[in-house]
Amino acid sequence: MLSQLALLPVLLPLIGAPACAVLRRPTAAWAFASTVAVLAFVAAAALLQATARQGVIHYAFGGWAAPWGIEYRIDLLNAFVLLLVSGIAAVVLVASRASVWHDIAENRRTLFYVACLLCLAGWLGIAATGDAFNLFVFLEISSLATYALVACGRDRQALVAAFNYLVMGTIGATFILIGIGFIYMLTGTLNMADLAQRLPGLGESRTVFAAYAFIVVGVCLKLALFPLHLWLPGAYTQAPAIVTAYVAATATKVALYVLIRFSFSVFHLESSRLALSLEAVFISLGVVAVFAGSLVAVFASNLKRALAWSSIAQIGYMAVGVGIGTVAGVQASLIHLFNHALMKGALFLALAAIAMRVGGNELQALRGIGRRMPLTSAAIVVAGISLIGVPGTAGFISKWYLVTAALAREQWLLALLIVAGSLLTAVYIWRFVETAWLDQNPAQPATPPQEAPPLLLAGTLLLALANIYFGLDTRLPVGTAAGAAAGLLGDSAAGLLGHPPAPLPGAGAP
Amino acid sequence: MNGAGLLFASLLLGPATVAGIVLLRHHPNLREGLTLAAGTALLAINLRILSALNAGTPPSWQSADLLPGLGLELAVEPLGMLFALIASSLWLVTTVYAIGYLRGHGETHQSRFYSFFALSITCVMGIAFAGNLLTLFLFYELLSLATWPLVVHAGTDRARHGGRVYLGVLLGTSILFFLPAIILTWATAESLTFTPGGVFGPSTPPALLAALLVLFVFGVGKAAMMPFHRWLPAAMVAPTPVSALLHAVAVVKAGVFTLVKIGVYIFGLDQLSGVASRELLLYLAGFSLLAASIVAMRQDNLKARLAYSTVSQLAYISLGILLAVPSGITGSGLHIAMHAFGKITLFFCAGAIMVAAHKTQVSELRGLGRQMPFTMGAFLLASLSIAGLPPTGGTWSKWYLLLGTLDAGALLLAGALIVSTLLNLVYLTLIPVRAFWPGGAEPAPAGKLQEAPLACCIAIGVTTAACLALFLFPQPLYALVSRIPGAGG
Repeated sequence: MLSQLALLPVLLPLIGAPACAVLRRPTAAWAFASTVAVLAFVAAAALLQATARQGVIHYAFGGWAAPWGIEYRIDLLNAFVLLLVSGIAAVVLVASRASVWHDIAENRRTLFYVACLLCLAGWLGIAATGDAFNLFVFLEISSLATYALVACGRDRQALVAAFNYLVMGTIGATFILIGIGFIYMLTGTLNMADLAQRLPGLGESRTVFAAYAFIVVGVCLKLALFPLHLWLPGAYTQAPAIVTAYVAATATKVALYVLIRFSFSVFHLESSRLALSLEAVFISLGVVAVFAGSLVAVFASNLKRALAWSSIAQIGYMAVGVGIGTVAGVQASLIHLFNHALMKGALFLALAAIAMRVGGNELQALRGIGRRMPLTSAAIVVAGISLIGVPGTAGFISKWYLVTAALAREQWLLALLIVAGSLLTAVYIWRFVETAWLDQNPAQPATPPQEAPPLLLAGTLLLALANIYFGLDTRLPVGTAAGAAAGLLGDSAAGLLGHPPAPLPGAGAP
Repeated sequence: MNGAGLLFASLLLGPATVAGIVLLRHHPNLREGLTLAAGTALLAINLRILSALNAGTPPSWQSADLLPGLGLELAVEPLGMLFALIASSLWLVTTVYAIGYLRGHGETHQSRFYSFFALSITCVMGIAFAGNLLTLFLFYELLSLATWPLVVHAGTDRARHGGRVYLGVLLGTSILFFLPAIILTWATAESLTFTPGGVFGPSTPPALLAALLVLFVFGVGKAAMMPFHRWLPAAMVAPTPVSALLHAVAVVKAGVFTLVKIGVYIFGLDQLSGVASRELLLYLAGFSLLAASIVAMRQDNLKARLAYSTVSQLAYISLGILLAVPSGITGSGLHIAMHAFGKITLFFCAGAIMVAAHKTQVSELRGLGRQMPFTMGAFLLASLSIAGLPPTGGTWSKWYLLLGTLDAGALLLAGALIVSTLLNLVYLTLIPVRAFWPGGAEPAPAGKLQEAPLACCIAIGVTTAACLALFLFPQPLYALVSRIPGAGG
């Protein structure tokens, strides 16, 4: 019974997508897609519970035993990512109706939700599978669906952005495929746990290095790690408002998962000769991303674009955590993965609401929005101060762990750069605050309050409050991330091979 | 875990008040009545906490872990009690004053004003009752954010610029220096709980301690130690009640209070006296104290002059703790209280002058004593208290601070204190003197008696009376301060 549970989060949207396509009425499609996402979330939550209690859960497709057949293998890390992605998807899809009706033509709405479900199936598949090639297939499913979703944007520039994303994304996927091909050639297996055991035996083979390099570059393209981020600002800015919320809080998180999975449990980065140079690469690129992304965000005149660049900066933080390469570093990276999804989910949902009422996200148009849409604007402020890392919010927990991880390796300068980055965040968040409350919009001097539609508002507020909740009760993200990171690094193969994870959730790390 | 209810009450009163204010936003009289009631209630709660502390059962509370092994903690100790009592009693007085001022001045957005005022005081209570550095930092940051809407209240370009400097310096220093210092302390000592005698073990590397002290002193930007003092003059664009309560008492005292807490409960006096960077920072405080006084002399805007005077007085308190001798701690603790009453009176007077006579520059105040004798008389007494002369409470704190410099053998700093006191007399006490005796050069403007609104005058009367009373009866304050570990003299 339990092993079937491993399948459920992926199977639901994968079957749901074609089923959704036959629904005529868009409202039915919305209701159906939302239900599927919520059910996937429930399944993922049950899965996390089960994983925390009894370790790794396996499911062999078609009854073919592991190295030969495709295997789903859910450890703490997988369950963590599954829970996050399905949770965000559920909230966004439930809240999406008003915004989708505003952005998407009537005859496309059903197909829009089909694409959303396909996308979700892809992400959850990546997070659940234990097979490298299967992972690639799901990556393509989610990517193709995302290209279509981005192209739905109201502006015709969305087509350019989607095409850009498609070209870059395809290059990334190809690189990943080449990398997987190399290691398959060397080992004759595609099962990641099996690979993890066989690769060390090959020694310092150049082909292994090349394979890893291809995979890292490909994944970093998907992750939008500076300087491979070029597709992201356009895609996020031009995509329909709801798609940005949907993708920003999930797609890059899944890519980070892939990076961590390949780096630490397939290739054992930490014990390889590569480690040192990669550490430098991830840390330096991450720090550059933090500052470059934040600086562009500071000067952007469109809030959605500013937040898109802010995502590049935040991905930089996660890369720094990976680069630090210790259990604490990976843990910090995973915690930030979780928290950042909450922040950006809330922010982009709020922007979707604002776009409906104001017609865009240009800062010019947002003057006085604090009075027109007080609750939505308050949600932006809460998520914004979480992004800055003010204590009492989720963002503070991320910063705390990142700085602690840097200090533990005596990287003083890095610790300083990490905190300095949040100052830049404060600048662009405060630009919004000033615009929203201190400026008057000359076009509409005294518009009465006109809040977002109820469901959209509820979703926004839920995610904004989650930023506060997870800033005060950190057991879920911190505990799970601790267990996952320990599983990945503590005993390298153990994370994949059924080693009981660290105690959790509930106690925090020991 | 006893009596935590009282602590929660003091923290939840503010948010509850905000909810009430929002509901009553269209009924100014009820709204202001509610704020006054909240002020009275907070004072009553704090007095209950005081009696619990005196009975030897200080309330405390601990949350579940936020980070592994580290949660939020609330605890009551003498210094925090003192700070909470000062802030809550002056909140009540300031509310009375603000009612007169805001109505007299015809300010807009009064509901927003009272709401964020209540939230700011809540943050101050959180700082005062914080049981560890993490809790203190939480409320410290929230205080910066909660006071920003008050600073930019006017919404003008100048207010906006002031707000940016304010938030920029306060958030900047706290994120760049304070937070890393806290994390470093946690990583080194594995405890952030305020512990008498400090948390660092004897084997802590001296270089680390020296670096930490520098980070803390600069990181607590609210203490306005030069060169991170610019936010305080910038904050003067706020309405006067804000400048009076928040930027003469609550926010700035939160800064020096944090420094004293860190000195006494994180380092501990014994360890602090041996920290290598202490001497350097001590002389920086001495410099800050003199330089701010000299800058204050050159300010013609009354509120700007008062702001620089505050920078100078805050440096006294920082200096007191950095001396790391018992009399210095006593002096710092007393000066937190004495300066609060003195400086809030001065700001009240400045606001009264602005409302009644519409004057903001020092040079315009000659001869104003005939028009506003009560206000100017209060100004005179309060400025004496700031300078530290009898018959005002400031005498005692300055006495102990001077004693502290002598105990520490820092004659140069003792000299600086004396010189600064003289400067105080020049740039503060001369203002009311000239108001009463304008001098021969220009004829005194023939004004008839025209004081500020009654509510403002009541507030001024109360705080001035407190300045005088604290000269005659400093014992209750002293009793509280002398219970701070390491204090004495």
